[in-house]
Parts: sequence; C-alpha cells; structure tokens
Amino acid sequence: MRFATLFLTASALLAQTNSGDWLHFQGNVEGHRYSPLKQITKSNVGKLKLAWAMQLDRTDKFEASPIVRGGIMYISEPPSDVTALETRSGKVLWRYKRVLPDNVPFCCGKVNRGVAILGDLIFIGTLDAHLVALDASTGNVVWDVAVADYKKGYSSTVAPLIVKDKVVIGSAGGEFGARGYLAAYDAKTGKQAWRTWTVPSAGEKGTETWLGDSYKYGSATTWVTGSYDPGTNQIFWGTGNPGPDWKGDKRKGDNLYSNCLLSLDADTGKMKWFFQFTPHDLHDWDSTQVPIVADDLWQGKMRKLLLFANRNSFYYVFDRETGEYLLGKQYVRQTWARKDLDAKGRPTVLPNTSPTEQGNMVYPNSPGSTNFQAPSYSPSTKLHYVMTRDEGGVFYSGDDTYKEGSWYLAGRFVSKPGEEATGAIKAMDPKTGTAKWEYPLSSPSWAGILTTAGGLAVSATGDGDVVALDDATGKLLWKFPTGGKAFANPISYTAADGKQHIAIATGHTLWSFSIE
Amino acid sequence: MRFSRILLFAICMAASAWAQTGQKLYQFHCAFCHGKGDDGFAANLVTPNLVHAPTNTSLLNIIRNGIPGTDMPPALGMADAEMAEVASYVKSLGRTAPTSVPGDAAKGKVLFSSKGGCSGCHMVEGKGGRSGPDLTQIGAMRSPSNLRTSIVEPNAAMVGGWAMVHAIMKDGRKISGIRLNEDNFYLSLRDGKAQLLTIDKSATSSIQRDINKSSMPNYSKVFNAEELDNVIAYLFSLRGGL
Repeated sequence: MRFATLFLTASALLAQTNSGDWLHFQGNVEGHRYSPLKQITKSNVGKLKLAWAMQLDRTDKFEASPIVRGGIMYISEPPSDVTALETRSGKVLWRYKRVLPDNVPFCCGKVNRGVAILGDLIFIGTLDAHLVALDASTGNVVWDVAVADYKKGYSSTVAPLIVKDKVVIGSAGGEFGARGYLAAYDAKTGKQAWRTWTVPSAGEKGTETWLGDSYKYGSATTWVTGSYDPGTNQIFWGTGNPGPDWKGDKRKGDNLYSNCLLSLDADTGKMKWFFQFTPHDLHDWDSTQVPIVADDLWQGKMRKLLLFANRNSFYYVFDRETGEYLLGKQYVRQTWARKDLDAKGRPTVLPNTSPTEQGNMVYPNSPGSTNFQAPSYSPSTKLHYVMTRDEGGVFYSGDDTYKEGSWYLAGRFVSKPGEEATGAIKAMDPKTGTAKWEYPLSSPSWAGILTTAGGLAVSATGDGDVVALDDATGKLLWKFPTGGKAFANPISYTAADGKQHIAIATGHTLWSFSIE
Repeated sequence: MRFSRILLFAICMAASAWAQTGQKLYQFHCAFCHGKGDDGFAANLVTPNLVHAPTNTSLLNIIRNGIPGTDMPPALGMADAEMAEVASYVKSLGRTAPTSVPGDAAKGKVLFSSKGGCSGCHMVEGKGGRSGPDLTQIGAMRSPSNLRTSIVEPNAAMVGGWAMVHAIMKDGRKISGIRLNEDNFYLSLRDGKAQLLTIDKSATSSIQRDINKSSMPNYSKVFNAEELDNVIAYLFSLRGGL
C-alpha cells in the first residue's frame, strides 16, 4: 500500500514539468543558462544559505551541470556515472555506475559535463564514446550504442542536447587526431538519425584546406554542448582545434571545419552555413564555446542574432538565419592577431606568434580567453555574461607523428613565467562588443555563469567562492566559500518543497543553496 | 590559483604513445621537471627513499593523482600498466649509486649556521628560523644542481606560486610577509615575526606582490667556491631520517 503511494508520487513527479525545471544543459535550447525564477532577488540574496550538499566518493574533476525535472535532479558524476537526487535533502535515489574499459582515452581528466532528459529517459555520453539511455525512475539501461570507437581516440564528455525527438551528441578526442563529428540519435530507439563530420573526407569539398591527407587526422571535435533555434530549425555548434594542436607544417591551409561555428539543419544534420574563427589554428583555441541564440535590435532593426565569445580573444555577433558576420571585436588581451578583423571577420595573424622549438610567447595562453565555462544570456538585461581569463603562454612545437589512438599534440605550452593569471566575469553588450561591467577575479575560474529573473549573475571565483552579483552592475551581493575549485556551471531550479535553489559543483561536492 | 598552473602543465605533459618502456614514458612525462632524476628542478629521484612515496603503492598513487598543493601534476594519457612501468623505472633510479657531490658536509654545516646565517631563516630538525622553507629533508627532495641554483641564483629556483607581499592598509599600516593564500576577498600571510595574518583586501589601498622573487639573498658573493661545495654537500646530506 505504502509502496504503491510512493510509486504514484514518483510517477507524478516524473511527468510534471514547470518553470522551476532545468531541462537542458543551458536551461533552454537557446543556450541562455537563464532561470525565470525570482524567489531569490537582489534584495534577499544576502539570506541565501546552504540547503544541502552531495559529495562524490572520488577525486576526479566535477564538471557536471545538473538537470532538474519535477523536483528530481539528475547529474553525471565522473567518469561516466549518473545520479538521481531528491531536491529537498540532496539524498541519492539511484546511481548508474558505468564500467569503463582499460585505456579509455581522455585529454584533461576523466570528466563529464552533464546529462540530458526526454520523456522517461536520461541520456549520457560516456568516456568510451557510447551514448546510453537510462530509465529516469530506476537508472536501468534502456539502450546503449557505440557512437565511435574509443580505441581510435574517441570519447564523449559533452552533455547531449535534446532537439525535438532526437539526442544530439558531440565528440571528444581532439588531442588524439580523432576526426570530429556531431551525431543525432532517435531518443526512443537509439538509432542514428544523422551524423555530420566536422572534417571532410577524401573527394569532399574542404579537403583542399588541408595539406595532403592531413585531414584524416583533423580532429575538430565538438565537446561542449551547442544550441538550437526552434524558429529556424537550426542547430549551432562550435568545433575544436585541428590536429595536431601545436604544429601546422603537415596541415597547411585553413583546416576546415576546425575552429568553426556550424549551422546544421536539425532534421538532417546538413550544414547550412559555417564561420571559421581561427583558420589554421596553432594554439589549441577550440571554438567549442556555447553559441547564444538571441533576438535583439541590431542597428535599429530586430534581428535573429547569434552571439559567440571565443577562446581566441574575439567577441562575435552573427545573423543566425544567413550566417552574415555582423561584429568581431577583441574583448580580452591578445597578441596573435591585428586588433581589427577584416570585413568578413577573418583575423590577420601577426608574425612570430607560432609555436617554435625554442618557444614563442603569445596572449592568450592555450586555455584561451574563455573555454568550456558556460556563458549566460539574460533576456532582461540583454547582456551576454562571459567568464574570461587573462594569461600569456609560451608555445613550443614538437614531434608531429600520428599514431592511431595516441596523443597527437606536436608540442606543449607553459604559462608565461613570472606572471600570475587573472580573470574576470564580463557582462558583454552584444550591440557594441564591449563589456558593460566586469567583476575582476584574483585568479582565473573554470566556472560558468547563471543569470536569473531575480536580477542575479551567479558564478564561482577561481578560488571556489560561489558569488552572486547584481546582473546590471556587477556589484557583489553574496558569497559562500566552498573551499574547492570550480570546474562546473551553476543552475537554478525549484525543489520538491517549492523553494528556488541555486546549485553548483565545486571541488568534489555539489552545493544547493536556498533561502530558509 | 596553483591548480590551474598544474592543470596547464599536466595537459602539456601528455603522452606520445600508449605502449612504451618505463624510461621512454619517463622521458616524456617526467623529465621536463625531474631531469635525469638528480638534475631537474623538481624532486630528486635518485634516492632510495622518496619523501612522498615510501612504497610502490604510494608511488603509483602519486603518478596517477599527482601531489595536490604542489607542482606535481597527475599523469595524463597513461594506462595503469604504463604507470607501473614508470614507477618501476623511478624505483630503479633509487637503486643506482647515490649522486656524489664534492665538498665536506661537516664544514658545510658550520657555514650554514655561522658565515651563511642560513639558520636565521631556515629550520633544520626543529631548529632555526621560520621565514624560509624547512630544509630537514631537502637532500631527499632536491638535486645538488638545484640546491646550487637556489643558493647562487635564488630567483631561478622558485617554487610556483611563492610570493612576498606588501600591503598598505587604508589606515596607513604596512603589512609584509610570505603569501600563504589569496582569493578575491582575503590575503593570508606569515609576517616577519612568524605571525599568521589575514587581511580583508577591501581594507587595503595597495598590494604589491613580488611573484617568484625570492626573499633570500644571492650567496654567490658570500661563499667562495669551496665553501659553496661544502654547504651543498651539507644540504644534500639532509635526509630527515630517510
């Protein structure tokens, strides 16, 4: 009897959705990481308290951003596990533990950035390059497909994106020469609907931008979640660096479609347009940042815009219907290109900025001006909030021999000696490509940013202090020292008891805050 | 602050191939900092007892996870079997003949506390000052060449993240010391009297950070060549019971 009641409650919760849910990696498919909730406001955020915490039992980096529906939270844990939590107490309801083969390739830690949800299924991309659908009620595996072969250097760390009835998943393995792709699977059956390669194959247009057959190991992976515009039925997704990372002699040319913003038809995966930010990249400046879909006035006329703050230190605005380049402006210190991009948005590379055997000092460093820290767009302020870092690096070139499944870096980098990196949260005005305000950070942070209808911009400092800022001015309103570095992105949701929470993982702990 | 440096370094130290011998893997992953084992700027590995890794298990654990709070990063791109090969190679370094250094350690010990005045700042086995690093185990941690650099060119042998800081408070007070921690809001330091202080950064009018600049004087003019050899021999003999 009691069991039956509980079961009904759980079923009811699973089916229920409301504005307090957080249903996608970025909250919505447009990539905003904006919560319409306003229980927590500029005037009461000072009373925000820790409601609960959930601790990992391992020490891998915790990069995941949770999904919440009907008072239940779903979050990935490193390396490729999934946990369902109750949102009043943070207590675990079920855990899916994936057993990984030995020797799975991974670049920068055994990480995962989040799960996706549709109907009764939770989806996770795994380090062994599978896409797995789990029953949302039990964590049982409903289907499990190999998206790529991990022995060839492929893995998956990206939070999948739900687009209508499909699960869109990107690739990782750009440091192993793994040819990138974006793939869509039927959510119910796990059958592949389409796959778009981000590097052309023999005979295809685009191979002329690669010397010889270097395109075969061209990387250009898609390891951070993109966005979707329901109005034009386009998926927008950024691509990573060309392989090998730090030496380009064997891959002379622009190396399409590395370091690009791709526009794909959501039903077929067919490329509608592309824009390459950093042709022939030699510094590992993946263009895998989250594209922001926003409608706003552009020179007096409403336009369907796409906003993109790039790792290469330039800020871009496009017309997302046509791919027309509207604006490109330097927004963080850089020394690799002329400050003015050309009329089509192409950079003019300055001399002596390529990696060499002796080393060449360049701003920004390899981690770039921004990276996988999720940005936010607030429809109330119409500002684009970006986590930035300021640091120079010395780039060295090295052995560029390719071997399947092995590291394919051809160099290395070190931070500029004698300099301490800093950072800032910048509120970018897309109309001008300049920051309306910035909140300086004494050391750079790997946390993303959340904005809310309550007027808050929430993030974490490089030292693990969760901070809430005034979204209009950048003024600090609240802080909580967690004692662990943040590599994750904050969300906001309504817990099972109706309270608005703000949650973020730092260190090896997921924190959820609310007002008592 | 430190962690990001470690992360950057870890990424650039990625492996070139899956299946290689321990020595080759060592060359790619470890040699950038550890050199041949006893000539790098990181820990000296040509020693039978490693400070942080007394057993095979602890050595493997360090290779896998790094040493949090230090510049030692976790290994990336190595399979378990390969980490075991590296561990085995590192252990073999400890079985080679100990690095020989010229100089007389006993004379060096005297110089350390007399002419050098080193014990004014450095502690050895519980005796000495507290403004510089404790040197009780320094011979097990640093190579002779790194010890020499530390003495004759202190700025060239700095550990990442080290800084002397000089804060001027809004009320005019001046506070200086070794930075222990700094975030967006607070600066913690150990001052010249070995007091642990934390300053609210909003109460300061300026903060000067001498980053990677040693507060230790350059001793190349203080010691002659023979004395220098003696001091290095003494420091290299300090194993803290290891």
